[in-house]
Amino acid sequence: MAENVKKMKPIWFFVGLILLVMGGVILATGVYDLIARVESKTVLARLHPNIWWGAIMVLAGLIFVLANKNATVE
Amino acid sequence: MQAIGLHFSDWIIILFYFAFIIGIGFYLKKYTKSEDDFFLAGRRNSSWVAGLAFLSANLGALELLGMTGNTFKYGMYVAHFYWIGAIPAMLFLGIFMMPFYYSGRIKSVPGYLKLRFDEKTRVLNGISFAIMTLLVSGINLYAMALVLHTFLGWNWDVSMWASAVTVAVYVTLSGLMSAIFTEIIQFFLIWFGLFLVSVLGIIEIGSLGEIMQRVPEAFSKLWSTSGDPTQNGMMITWGGIVLGLGFVLSFGYWTTDFLVVQRAFSAKNLRSARMTPIIASFFKMAVPFIVIVAGLIALVLSKDPNSGFALTSDGGKLNYDSALPMLIARYFPRGLVGLGITALLAGFMAGQAGNISAFNTVWTYDIYQSVINKKASPKHLLWMGRMATIVGIIMSVATAYWAKSMPTIMDYMQAIFSWVNAPLFATMLLGMFVKWITPNGAFWGLIAGMGSSITMYLAVKFEWISISAVTFSKVASDMAANFWRAWWAWLICFVVTIVVSLFTKKKPEEELVGLVKGLTKEIAGEFVPWYKKPAFFAVLSLIVFVLLNIYFW
Repeated sequence: MAENVKKMKPIWFFVGLILLVMGGVILATGVYDLIARVESKTVLARLHPNIWWGAIMVLAGLIFVLANKNATVE
Repeated sequence: MQAIGLHFSDWIIILFYFAFIIGIGFYLKKYTKSEDDFFLAGRRNSSWVAGLAFLSANLGALELLGMTGNTFKYGMYVAHFYWIGAIPAMLFLGIFMMPFYYSGRIKSVPGYLKLRFDEKTRVLNGISFAIMTLLVSGINLYAMALVLHTFLGWNWDVSMWASAVTVAVYVTLSGLMSAIFTEIIQFFLIWFGLFLVSVLGIIEIGSLGEIMQRVPEAFSKLWSTSGDPTQNGMMITWGGIVLGLGFVLSFGYWTTDFLVVQRAFSAKNLRSARMTPIIASFFKMAVPFIVIVAGLIALVLSKDPNSGFALTSDGGKLNYDSALPMLIARYFPRGLVGLGITALLAGFMAGQAGNISAFNTVWTYDIYQSVINKKASPKHLLWMGRMATIVGIIMSVATAYWAKSMPTIMDYMQAIFSWVNAPLFATMLLGMFVKWITPNGAFWGLIAGMGSSITMYLAVKFEWISISAVTFSKVASDMAANFWRAWWAWLICFVVTIVVSLFTKKKPEEELVGLVKGLTKEIAGEFVPWYKKPAFFAVLSLIVFVLLNIYFW
C-alpha cells in the first residue's frame, strides 16, 4: 500500500489534463468555424472567443501537466 | 423560452467531464484502503488542495445562479455574502479555532462536541446536521434538474439520475478523496467556464467603470445606503448585515458547518489546516468578479432596449436565476457553451458529493458508531461509510422528488442554516473559549437556539407575529428576516448556555486539555519564517478585505 500511495498523481496533473482536452476541443471548434466560415449568431462572435479562450485553456493545461508529470503524492 | 442548443463539440465536452470524474473515482480507489483514507482523504493534503476544496465545497451552481440573479435584484449588496459574510469568519477559523479542532484528531464537528461536552450534544448535532445535509443535497438535485430542463430542455428524470449515479459511483469508490479531487476540478472549470461571461460583458459595454455608471447608485454601493432600509434593494440596515450575516450566519456556517470544515481536517498537519481557510479567503474575495459583475452586466443590458437582452419570466414573474444562463447563451459560441454548461454541472455535482461525503462521515461516526454499534471495527466502519453514501444518494433522490411534488419546501431551505448553524456557533464559541461551560449548558442552549429559530420562522410565515418584531424595521425582505432570525437564535443559545452552565456540573479540567483556550499549550510545529506563518497571510487577507469594502463603500 505504501508503494501505491507514493505513486499517486497529484490533483494538479488531472486539472491540467481536463483543461488540455477541453481547451483543445474548444480551440479546434473555433478554428474549424473560422476556416469553414460557420456563421455564429452570438454577440461578439467576430472576436472568436472560442479560439483565444480555448488557446488559453490549452496553455494552462500544458503548464499543469508538464509541471506535474513526474510528481507524486507522498 | 427556447432551449439553448448544443453542438457536437459541446456534447463531447459534457460527456468527457462525466467520463473523467468517474475515471478519477476508479483511479483513487486503489489508494483508499483505510477509514482515514475514505473519510479524511488520508490526512495528506497540502494547504492549497484543502484550501481550494474548502472554497469549492461552498461554490455550488445554485449559489452561482442565485447570486448572479440576486445581484440583478439587489445590486452590489450581494457582495456582502462574499466579503463581510465570509472573510472574517474564515480567518477566525484558521487563526483561533483550528488548533482545537485539529489537535484533538477528531473526525467530525460533532466529534468535537463529544470530547468537549458529552454524547447527547454530539448526537443532537449529528442528527440535525445529517437531516440538513440530506435536505440540501436533495434540493440541489431537484434544482439542477430544473435548471437543465428549463434552459437545455433535458429530461428531468434522466438528468437527475445521471448525475446522482455518477456522484454515487465516485464517492462510494474513494470517499472524501474523490470529492476533493472533483471539487478542485470544479473550481477551475467554474473560473474558465464562467469568468469569460464577465470578460465579454465588459468588452460589449465598454468598461467596468461604464457598467457601474449605468446601474442605479444604490446598486453600486456597499455601505453608504445601509443607514436606511428603504434606500437599498435588500431592505436591510447595516446592523442586520453586521450582526446577522457578518457575525452569526457567516461564523455559524464557515466555522462549524462540517461540509466545509471537513476539508481542513484532511490537511497533512496543523499549519496546513490553519492555512486552509486563509488561502480559501483570497479566492472567496475574487468570486464576485464572476457573479456580481455578471449580474450587473445583465442589469445594464436589460435596461438597454437596443441590447435585445431580457431575463426569462415565469407566469409574469421575472426569473432572476436565468441571468447567468441567458448571458452564456448571448456570448458563448459552439464549444464554449459546452464548457459553460459543464461548469454549472460540475458545480451541482461537486456540491452533491460534498454533502454526501460529509453525511457519510457524520452518520458513520456520530450516529452509527456512537449509538448503534459502539464496537464496530475500522473495516466495518469503512464498509458502513460506503453504504451510507449509497443510502444518502437514494434519500437525496427521494427528497428531490418530494421537492418536485411540493415546490414550497424550497422556501424552508433558505431558512434552514439559521436553524442549525447559527445556534451551533454560540455553542462552539463558548465551548472553545470558556472552560466553565458545562455539557448540560451546551445541550439545552442548542435546543433553545434551534427551537427559537424554527418558532420565529413559523410565527412570521403564518403571521402569528409581525416581521417587524424580528427585524426592528417596518420594511424587510425575506433575506433581512433570515439575518435577524439567525442573530436572535445565536443570542438565545448563547444566554441559555451560560445560564444553565452556572447551575450544572462542570467537566474536570484534565478532560478539557487540548479542547479549550487556557488549557491548551501552543503546539510547537516545524519552524517557519514569519512570512510563511498563517497569521501573516491572515493579515494580508484582512487588508484586501478592508480595501475592497472602502473602494465600494
